[in-house]
Amino acid sequence: MSTALPAIATAGGQSPPRREWLVFLGRLTRRRTALFGLIVVAVVILTSVAAPWLTPFDPVEQDIGERLKSPGARDAAARLHPLGTDHLGRDLLARVIYGARPALLVGFAAVVISGVLGMAAGLLGGYFGGWVDDVLMRLADVQLAFPFILLAIAVIGVLGPSLTTIIVVIGVSSWVVYARVVRAAVFSLREREFVQAAQALGSRDGRVLLRHILPNALTPWLVVATLDMARVIVIESALSFLGLGVQPPTPTWGGMLADGRVYISTAWWLATFPGLAILVTVLGINLFGDGLRDTLDPRLKV
Amino acid sequence: MKVYLVRRFLQSLLVLLGVSFVVFGILYLTGDPALVLMPPDATIEDIAKFREQMGFNDPFLVQYGRFLSGALRGDFGQSVRHGEPAFALVMERMPATLELSGAALVVALSLAIPAGIISAVRRNSLMDYVSTVIALLGQSMPTFWLGIMLILLFSVQLNVLPSSGRGGWQHMLLPAVTLGLFTTARITRLTRSGMLEVLNQDYIRTARAKGVSNPPVVWKHALKNAAIPIVTIVGIELGTLLGGSVITETIFAWPGVGRLSVQAIYNRDYPVVQAAVFMLSATFVLVNLVVDVLYTYLDPRIRLR
Repeated sequence: MSTALPAIATAGGQSPPRREWLVFLGRLTRRRTALFGLIVVAVVILTSVAAPWLTPFDPVEQDIGERLKSPGARDAAARLHPLGTDHLGRDLLARVIYGARPALLVGFAAVVISGVLGMAAGLLGGYFGGWVDDVLMRLADVQLAFPFILLAIAVIGVLGPSLTTIIVVIGVSSWVVYARVVRAAVFSLREREFVQAAQALGSRDGRVLLRHILPNALTPWLVVATLDMARVIVIESALSFLGLGVQPPTPTWGGMLADGRVYISTAWWLATFPGLAILVTVLGINLFGDGLRDTLDPRLKV
Repeated sequence: MKVYLVRRFLQSLLVLLGVSFVVFGILYLTGDPALVLMPPDATIEDIAKFREQMGFNDPFLVQYGRFLSGALRGDFGQSVRHGEPAFALVMERMPATLELSGAALVVALSLAIPAGIISAVRRNSLMDYVSTVIALLGQSMPTFWLGIMLILLFSVQLNVLPSSGRGGWQHMLLPAVTLGLFTTARITRLTRSGMLEVLNQDYIRTARAKGVSNPPVVWKHALKNAAIPIVTIVGIELGTLLGGSVITETIFAWPGVGRLSVQAIYNRDYPVVQAAVFMLSATFVLVNLVVDVLYTYLDPRIRLR
């Protein structure tokens, strides 16, 4: 914030902003659940990046002779399948590991789109009020009146599923939560002295919004973005589950679950492990997001 | 009071108008609704004839006006696949969806409210810990995975509950729990935090100081005020449930609007998709209107705004 104390030298010779950041990280990691969430998220990200080095198997390589092997089975070449193989003889562990990629990619990209849209809507509505705010909030009401997943599958059904379509559809239709928290923050910020001082000095609206208000409205935005990423990952896998996500042969957790559902009475592992992967990832993000919220601003209701 | 209700009613109408515009727009996403509606192997002449016949050459707003006046009369056109009016197909399935959503809501409320209250009253007890962990898992678990795991356990392994279809309470149990879990988790957390907030307030201390024993303080004095945010979220959660029914109905082969619309999308039966999206959204808007009206009785401060 603008109330930093630049004149006071710190003991370690570090500059204050850096220290502030470290203090924050310290406070965050002292919450055990948040630390656990952070570690889970880090592990999932690292796993998806390092996928080729973590498993000797190709996630799309089929081997019909080795189909539906149970977890821990070895194939003809004595290679271990820790989670077994699927109905086309593909290694399940490799597919679960590679499946993190589309999930994280869609999650991150959609959150960026909806976050930017929501931030813009919240800043404009909160700062200008009046009819601008009215129009945006009515738009938000319309957006919220749709059963989200139904609208998403209808739109993707017409346009045809592709990575870009999925990201854009989820991104464009998830801006409302961001807009609401940013707007609420702007409502109180625009009455504060430093904003009024900037206006009195003749700063134009755009400058006041971007330089003075936006940085201070970033906290609630960040919390919403983190928690929303969990929601987007669930939606991405739901779309894949319905066959409207990233298309095969790319492994997706939702797509693997859909395959597993067919073999539910003979091969329990097919549906179990991809679902566990979603659960662990989403749980990690939720725990981290809750911790972030409680550390940054305990009064925040998101 | 009257002013508030009238304004709230007009607001709902405005939202429905917006919904109708988006539903109408679904067909125009590719630019040409005739291409979307006609089978992929249709000839250019067929498409041109169809376009003329359906009035797709008219100005956009004229077409929207026609769609809207049709929708208001319950006319969304004929189902491409079934040859019946799309609206009739959707309304035929609506009771099943409402039944499932209602059952899920009952499951959620009857688990979440006691769990939330006990967690708040016995803070940091084993019970609080268990319900917090379950709520956290419930919020992180994808519906479709939970559904499949329940089928695996109760239908495949134990063979005690049916995995699909609609019938007696046995058919209802697994889908209702699946659909309701996320809502259960949300309401549990909300009840807990709401009760904690209220229990720390002065009037509760006064009541205790007067000598009111513990159960009436919790159930009468505190719950009344903690109930306000719960009532609001019930309206919003019904939207989650109606949307979630799309997935849950698909997993359990439940003959409702959600499953109908997923099949309609696979079959490129867009009049049915439009009717289904519109009717589910309209249901949600209507429920929220009712909730807001009820709300004014619970919390008189709303009326004064």
